[in-house]
Amino acid sequence: MAHAKKIVVGLGTCGIAAGAGTIYDTIKTKIEETGLEVELSITGCNGMCHREPLVEVYDEEGNKFLYGDLNKRKAELIFERHVVGGKVQERYLVKEDRDGTPAHEFLSGQSRIVLRNAGIINPESIDEYLERDGYEALRKVLTSMTPEQVIDEVVKSGLRGRGGAGFPTGMKWKFARAAQGDEKYVICNADEGDPGAFMDRSVLEGDPHAVLEGMAIAAYAIGASVGYIYARAEYPLAVKRLRKAIADAEERGFLGKNIFGTDFSFKIKIKEGAGAFVCGEETALMASIEGWRGMPRPRPPYPAQKGLWGKPTNINNVETYANIAWIILNGGDKYAAIGTERSKGTKVFALAGKIKRGGLVEVPMGISIKDILETVGGGSSTGRPIKAVQMGGPSGGCIPSELFDTKIDYEEVNKTGAIMGSGGLVVMDETTCMVDIARFFLEFTRNESCGKCTFCRIGTTRMLELLEKITAGEATMDDLEKLESLARQVKITSLCGLGQTAPNPVLTTLKYFRNEYEAHILDKSCPAGVCPNLTTYKIDTKTCTGCNVCLTNCPVQAITGERGKGDTYVIDESACIRCGVCRDVCHFDAVYTE
Amino acid sequence: MALAGEIDISKVDEIVKELGTGPEQAIPILQRIQGEFRYLPPEALDRVCELTEITPSQLYGVATFYSQFRLKPVGKYIIKVCHGTACHVGGAVTITDTLEDELGIKTGGTTSDGLFTLESVACLGACSLAPIVVIEDETFGKLDPKKALQIVNDFREREQQGG
Repeated sequence: MAHAKKIVVGLGTCGIAAGAGTIYDTIKTKIEETGLEVELSITGCNGMCHREPLVEVYDEEGNKFLYGDLNKRKAELIFERHVVGGKVQERYLVKEDRDGTPAHEFLSGQSRIVLRNAGIINPESIDEYLERDGYEALRKVLTSMTPEQVIDEVVKSGLRGRGGAGFPTGMKWKFARAAQGDEKYVICNADEGDPGAFMDRSVLEGDPHAVLEGMAIAAYAIGASVGYIYARAEYPLAVKRLRKAIADAEERGFLGKNIFGTDFSFKIKIKEGAGAFVCGEETALMASIEGWRGMPRPRPPYPAQKGLWGKPTNINNVETYANIAWIILNGGDKYAAIGTERSKGTKVFALAGKIKRGGLVEVPMGISIKDILETVGGGSSTGRPIKAVQMGGPSGGCIPSELFDTKIDYEEVNKTGAIMGSGGLVVMDETTCMVDIARFFLEFTRNESCGKCTFCRIGTTRMLELLEKITAGEATMDDLEKLESLARQVKITSLCGLGQTAPNPVLTTLKYFRNEYEAHILDKSCPAGVCPNLTTYKIDTKTCTGCNVCLTNCPVQAITGERGKGDTYVIDESACIRCGVCRDVCHFDAVYTE
Repeated sequence: MALAGEIDISKVDEIVKELGTGPEQAIPILQRIQGEFRYLPPEALDRVCELTEITPSQLYGVATFYSQFRLKPVGKYIIKVCHGTACHVGGAVTITDTLEDELGIKTGGTTSDGLFTLESVACLGACSLAPIVVIEDETFGKLDPKKALQIVNDFREREQQGG
C-alpha cells in the first residue's frame, strides 16, 4: 500500500464555478485535523471542464489518481478512505465517461504544446514552471541567439496569429524589428471577447509564465523594453495569477534589468480592459491603453510602424505567445512538422454547447471537425444528432454537419464562410434555431459596434430588426433579400474586423439553413421550437406516463396534471415562457412543439 | 455602502495620487473609483478632472463607452446573467426573463429595496458550465430558470435572516 503524498485541486474559473473552492477548503481542514504529512497544491484547467471539480492524488511511488465530479461529501470520503486508508476509490476515478467510453480518448486525441503545463503545474509557483524547462528558451535566446535568428526560427515554424486572423507571426516580428524607433513595445492581446471562447483565460490561469516568456522573447527579437498585457476585465483570476507571475519572475531576474546578465531589459505591465469587444481589434486596443474610447483607426500605418503612442509595436494574442518557448526549445522545423501545408502546429479550442465532453482541447492542425466532435468531444450530449457547429464567434459562422469533414486549416475553414477565429466551438443540435443564433450574434455585434462607421453602426441595427421580424413570424420573402444585400454591404464598407465580419453568422446560416428562414417566413413556424411567437409546447397525452417530472421542473407552474394519469397533463399556453425545460427533462419524449 | 451625495471624496485624491495624472490613467482611475463606490458618482468624476490632465470630455467619453462602468448606484448584490453563445444555446434568455419577472425589474435595473441589480454580460468564459449566473463573486453553473430563481431567493432569505 503506497501512501498518498500530494493532493492537487483544479482551481481554474470553471473548477471554482463547479465548487472546487469548497473541495480545497474541505481537504485543507481534513489535513489539519488529521495532522497527516500530505502536500496540498493547486493547478489550472486540465481541459476536462465537463468533469469538474477535479482532484488528483499522488502516492509515494509517483502514481496519479484523478477523481472527478466531486462534491464535499465525496471529497471527504476520498480523503478518509484513500489518503488516510490507502484504498483507491475506484468508483470516483475519472476512467470512463458516463456512457462507458474511455475518458482517456479526450486526452489521447490531443497534442499539447500551448497547454503543455496547464492542469499539470501549480500556476502560482514559478518553481514548478522552472522544473518543466521554464525560462530555458529565454536563456537560450539571450545567451546564444541574435534577434534575427530568433525571428528566423519563428518564421520557420510557420506559426500564424492565433487571435483569429492568422497573420504569420515571424513576418510580424520582422516588420517590427525593421521599423525605426528609439522605443518599441510588445503587447499581448488578452481581450478574449468572443462569446463561447475561453482558451486564453485557461492559458493565463493555468500557465501564466509561458505567456510572459513568449513576450520576453518577442521583445528581444524586435528590440522592445516594455510590454503590456491587455487583459479582459471579466477575467479576475487570470489577472491575479498574472500579477503574481510577473512579481515572481522579476524577483528571480527573468524580467527586469539585465536579464541573464545580458544587456537585455524588459518589464511587463498589465492593463485591465473595461468591457468592450471592439478592443480585441489591435488599433482599438492601443487607443484603450492610451486612455481613450476604444475606437479603431485605418491601417496602414500598421502597429509595426506606428503603434502604441506612435512607436513601433508588436501585438500577438495569448495563445501565439504561449507557443514561442516551445518553438525555440524544440526548433521551428519540429513545429512545422505538425499540421497542414499552410497551417502549422496546433490550435486550442473551447468546446461548449451540446457536446458530451465540453472543455479545452488542443489538437493538431489538419484534424477534421468531425474528429474533434466525435473522438475528442465524445459526440452529442443530448442524444439528438449534431446539426451544426458555430466557429469563430460573432465574426465566424455556422458550419453544417455535411461539412464536418472540413479540416482545421485557416484557408479550409474560410471556404465554408466561417473563420478559424480564436477557437470557440459551440455545438448545436436540432433544438437550436439557426435564425435565432444569427439574431443572437447580430444583437451582440450591434451592441458592441463602436459607432464609427455608419454601415456597421446602422447596418447591424437594421439587420437585427429584420431578424427580429423573421423570428416573430412577421417577415416576408422581400425582407430576406434585404437582409442578404445589407449583409454584403456592411461587410465591404466597414473599417475594422468587427464590421467586416459581423454579417458572417447571417450569411452562413442563410447559405446552409435557408430552409429554417423560409419556415419562419412562409410557414410561420420555428422548426427548432425556440422562437416564442412561433412555438407552442404540448404534451402528447398518449405517451405521457404522468411521472410529474415536467410539472415539478416548470419554473412558472404552467403545467397541470394528476400524478400517474398521463392523459391529464396539459401546458397552459398563456403562462408558458417557452423555456423548453419540460422537453429536456421528459424521459418519454412526450413533450413536443408545434 | 456609500450612497449618492455622501461619498468620501478624499478617496479620489488618494487614487489619483497613487496612479498619476496622465490621460492614459483614465480607465485605471475609473476602475478604482468604481471599486470604491460600486459606481461612478458625478462628484468623483468632477474631482478627477480637477486633479488630472484628463478632460471631462475624455472622462465621460470613456465612462460611457465601456460596459464595465456604471453611472448610477447599484444594489447590494449584482446578478450577472451570462449571455455568451453557450449560455444562449443553453437557455439564458429564459433565465433573464424569469429573473426579470421575479424581481419586477428590467435588465439594468435595481430592485426598490436596493438588494439586487440585474445585469447581462457578454461572456464570462465558463462555457462548459452554461448557462451560468454570477452573483458578486460567486458563480452558479448548469442552471435552468427554476434553479436560478432558487438561488436568488436563497440570497434574499439569507439577507432577511441576517437583517
